[in-house]
Amino acid sequence: MAEIPDITIEVSNLKKSYGSLHAVNDLSFSVKRGEIIGLLGPNGAGKSTTMRILTGYMPATSGSVRICGLPVASQSEETKRFVGYMPENNPLPEEMRVSEYLWFRGRLKEMPRAKLRSRIDEVLELCDLKRNRHRILGRLSKGNKQRVGIAEAILAEPAVIIMDEPTIGLDPHQIIIVRDLIASLRGRMSVIISSHILPEIEATCDRVLIINSGRIVAQGSPSELRHEIFGHTNYRVELAGDMAALASQLTATQPSLKVASVSETDSDGFCVATLTTESTADLGEILLQTLPSQGYRIRSLARSHPSLEDVFLAATRRSWDARLPDKKNGQGDNRDPLPNA
Amino acid sequence: MRHYPTILSQEIRALLFSPITYVTAVLFLLVMSGLFTVILDQYSKEALEVAPAVTFFGAFWIPVFFMVPSLTMKSFAEERRMGTLETLLTSPVSTAEVVLGKFSAAYIFYLLLWGSTLGFHYILHVYANDARYLDAGPLVGGYLFIAVSGLLFISVGILASALTRSYEVAAILTFTILFTLIFGMRFLDQTAALNTGFLQPVKATVDSLQIMSHVDDFTRGVIDTREVFFYITGSVLALIFSILGVEYKTLNS
Repeated sequence: MAEIPDITIEVSNLKKSYGSLHAVNDLSFSVKRGEIIGLLGPNGAGKSTTMRILTGYMPATSGSVRICGLPVASQSEETKRFVGYMPENNPLPEEMRVSEYLWFRGRLKEMPRAKLRSRIDEVLELCDLKRNRHRILGRLSKGNKQRVGIAEAILAEPAVIIMDEPTIGLDPHQIIIVRDLIASLRGRMSVIISSHILPEIEATCDRVLIINSGRIVAQGSPSELRHEIFGHTNYRVELAGDMAALASQLTATQPSLKVASVSETDSDGFCVATLTTESTADLGEILLQTLPSQGYRIRSLARSHPSLEDVFLAATRRSWDARLPDKKNGQGDNRDPLPNA
Repeated sequence: MRHYPTILSQEIRALLFSPITYVTAVLFLLVMSGLFTVILDQYSKEALEVAPAVTFFGAFWIPVFFMVPSLTMKSFAEERRMGTLETLLTSPVSTAEVVLGKFSAAYIFYLLLWGSTLGFHYILHVYANDARYLDAGPLVGGYLFIAVSGLLFISVGILASALTRSYEVAAILTFTILFTLIFGMRFLDQTAALNTGFLQPVKATVDSLQIMSHVDDFTRGVIDTREVFFYITGSVLALIFSILGVEYKTLNS
């Protein structure tokens, strides 16, 4: 196999339309070698379509995709050699045995017999399928089938692995196994996975692309996304003291700190205040030091962490707003709906 | 073509594991042995002009109508319905290799099933102890006809399967096309409208496309290259359309 370049996937201005429906609309991104990318989006956002175009199964309406430097549209036979693909719902021929299936797929992927034999053992070990190697695919449990799909995708050690919803329908224990398996590929292969299960993506992916109606609405690492979408951090403090003076006291310590809400005082005299700040620095220690010195009693302090779920909801909502025809002042700036996490 | 052997062996395995293959084989042998018994019965009652093998191969269309659909219907339709066609076509194989692999596997089974009827002739030969019953000429011609026409029939079945995701539809479509090819042409040949001088060339063409008379020619030992050419080109055409059909379907999936 040829030398693998640093950028394994380059997608530029990719479009795919079915009649008047634009499934993928002007998508551009690139993936570096060894990176794990999560593709997030609501149903019908164009995730599967994008993946199918990347594998060369389906042609794009316009735009270009390059896998390891080669264009998929004109040299799909070559680019298919670089890609391991697990489609949605992981279709497997029901009547074959696990090892037979892997052998067949390995031969199709042009692996030499001698190497394939040892590689199948290796992959079965990696995916914890050793005990099931002689079982019939149609009789395997969902989790085992899913692992066979992953084993098949990584079998030929491709430079790019594309998996459409690899953890769908698995129990939490199996999800952890699959997640570890994907994480073990980091650095060696570029992996693109799509999922609805957001903690999944957060745990495994280096970078997340949030897609809605065929466009990228946000991208970056989970923490970058949080900052980009929300732009502020919240602290939840349980404290007792002079609530009326709290806002001014806080502004004195840290100008960006504001009081978002204060709850009712409970029987012990404590109430819950939500503080918000634009600052990216962790203000926890400062708050713990300054508030008692100003006469407040603190029972608890927590920095609330917007989950990827909140980011996802905010980003997709933002893109729906952006599609409204009578939107305000032309281009970009409608990032106003900032939900409180 | 380096993946062709892999796909071929995979397809043969799939056919071997499919219960439909065995049902077809049993049905085929039942029908053919019944037919053979009836033919022998007739010959025992009265002397007939043609060899038993000629009558036997003249009924080739009876098994073809159920055998071809059941051997080919699943080839693409089932894979498309299951989604395994997607994994197959995203590996570095060409559609031509896949189509050819599936075609060859079904064709090999078709030949094997027909080949098993050689046993009938052998049993007759052993028990009748009469060399006249085992007339090599019509037998060789008949089996040659089966082999050559099988190319076209099986590729028609593959084409029908490539066009749909439901194997029921594929089976009915195969049956319809084969029926049109075998009997439709005969009906067309008999229409009086073709006898007008203006339509003479059409009449001549339809005349030469009579599969029922091809089988007569073959069993009589007349092997016309035009007929062989018809089956081979027809088969190649159907396979090319199958490749286009599979690709068109994925383009628009």
